Amino acid sequence: MPKAFTPKVVTANHLLAGDVIYQTATGWTRRLDEAEVLTDEADADLRLIEASQQVDVVVGAYLADVAVTDGVPAPTHFRETFRATGPSNYAHGKQVELQ
Amino acid sequence: MYSYSEFDTAFLAERNRQFRAQVERRIAGALTEDEFKPLRLMNGLYLQLHAYMLRVAIPYGTLDSAKMRKLAEIAERWDKGYGHFTTRQNIQYNWPELKDVPDMLDALAEVGMHAIQTSGNTIRNVTADHFAGAAADEIADPRPVAELMRQWSTDHPEFQFMPRKFKIAITGSPNDRAVTKAHDIGIRMVTRDGQRGYEIIVGGGLGRTPMIGKVITDFLPEADLLPYLEAVVSVWNQIGRRDNKYKARIKITVHEHGIDEIRRLVEERFVETRKTFSGVDVQMLREIEEHFAAPAFKTASEAPFKDAYHNDPVFRSWADTNLTAHKAPGYKIVSISLKKHGATPGDASADQMRLMADLAQDYGHDELRISHEQNVILPHVHVSDLPALHARLKDADLATANIGLISDIIACPGMDYCALATARSIPIAQEIATAFDDLKREHEIGALKIKISGCINACGHHHVGHIGILGLDRAGVENYQITLGGDHTETAAVGDRVGPGFSADEIVPAVERIVDTYLDLRSDADETFLDTYRRTGLAPFKSALYPETKVAAE
Repeated sequence: MPKAFTPKVVTANHLLAGDVIYQTATGWTRRLDEAEVLTDEADADLRLIEASQQVDVVVGAYLADVAVTDGVPAPTHFRETFRATGPSNYAHGKQVELQ
Repeated sequence: MYSYSEFDTAFLAERNRQFRAQVERRIAGALTEDEFKPLRLMNGLYLQLHAYMLRVAIPYGTLDSAKMRKLAEIAERWDKGYGHFTTRQNIQYNWPELKDVPDMLDALAEVGMHAIQTSGNTIRNVTADHFAGAAADEIADPRPVAELMRQWSTDHPEFQFMPRKFKIAITGSPNDRAVTKAHDIGIRMVTRDGQRGYEIIVGGGLGRTPMIGKVITDFLPEADLLPYLEAVVSVWNQIGRRDNKYKARIKITVHEHGIDEIRRLVEERFVETRKTFSGVDVQMLREIEEHFAAPAFKTASEAPFKDAYHNDPVFRSWADTNLTAHKAPGYKIVSISLKKHGATPGDASADQMRLMADLAQDYGHDELRISHEQNVILPHVHVSDLPALHARLKDADLATANIGLISDIIACPGMDYCALATARSIPIAQEIATAFDDLKREHEIGALKIKISGCINACGHHHVGHIGILGLDRAGVENYQITLGGDHTETAAVGDRVGPGFSADEIVPAVERIVDTYLDLRSDADETFLDTYRRTGLAPFKSALYPETKVAAE
């Protein structure tokens, strides 16, 4: 039996800045908590294709698993946590810029 | 130091012009990422976890104050005000924006630097002993030969699309500080019957299949170096595996064919390559050597050093730890630690880079080196200048007295920056260094090298750490495997894996148990960790790490 589809977001790196971005219903955001949560597999595949076609905006789009609490997505794997928050060695990069 | 010729300058300008146009076409959407990726990698530009990363070559880790100042300027102008010195004697910028990279490369070209062949399946930056040209134990300065190899390998038409990347290291000292036995080719400068030559070691490497290199020839006459290297690389380029990237490095080729068969093939090929080198390479080496003439060493009173050494315990501690014997009377090699307790190993701010450039100019005959251990070296400092130099290092937070001690940790960028990483390594290094600094035990512990990699590719050299730590992803949780007894020197050895890994929370206490065990076991304070490990073997350390296993066995 196929595994049940779990919630996802479309994420990529921004072509110019190289930083981590997430797809929203209308564009892209640098904040995971603003990302569009995809709960339907066919919809997620379609949104990924749409994202991947934006070759002059994004690089390496893929679907990342998220856990959703009150409609807000959060990472389920530590790699995605670091992508969402930036380096953990000291405060610089995304965790500073998003404050 | 080698100065670019007109040809070098013109070549670099043309490469940079090409890349600028490629970046413009990518931004305009005329190139897809699939088309652009190999082009950017040829110019050292990666896309990492949070940003682009530009890896700049520092050939054989040698630079002067002008180059260091330019690195500082680039860090400040186009990055976040710092750079990261790597285990390959390079510098990486973690935050460039794509549109700025052509300007960064042009800025580098102003001082004869570039990022060519810092990525891709090519011959990478040739690395060398970071004490080259200065060490008291040196037979010969390896830098001219490294420069000759740099010129030979840069844009070499036959070696641009090889089975995998290829790394060469050279040492001119019998005490190997260049990790030659863990490189695709390791070169040791030797003399025989008064003639200078080379011992050539092939098939070393770390990564997922660590191998100690094997001697393919124990004495290669000086004049045969380039044709012989060309023969080695070309044999591997033909028979090295391209079906599986994990089996593509020359260490696997040597392992699968055997060193005797590889030697036979290389010697067969050498007959052909030898004819194509007319001797111009030896002539070039002689010309290059003129660029690396020793500086005019001075003589001065050693009294200021002796006074400071006897009266200032902080200076004495630093002098005891961070200085190395120099070949010239009255001189020392200064290692500037980029391992302040709790800081990111290998990082230097733009201000710190500028200060180190100033110190090189004021006290160090304008020479600097980057070590594979991620520190900065001032190779030629007269002892009379050391007290003033130390005071200026202290002001810049660069006077940590820990070279070769437990907090002088090699750590790859790990999952804080690297897209390939499976776990973090920098925070583990930070925690270990802080823990042992809090206990004020590291000078008592003595020489102990911890090396940490955040994935199996082993950029942090964990296999050859006295204590090696490998970060892995175990079912979505960071997990750290420990190896013991690794050695990167002329007595190179791959460490022994002790057993199941530890969580991020457990790894520092595990290292503390290893160190406690060593302190209990050592015969006296002069017996180093590695000597003790070699005497006792793994068993007592394993018992300390896994007491439940010991109980079960009993």
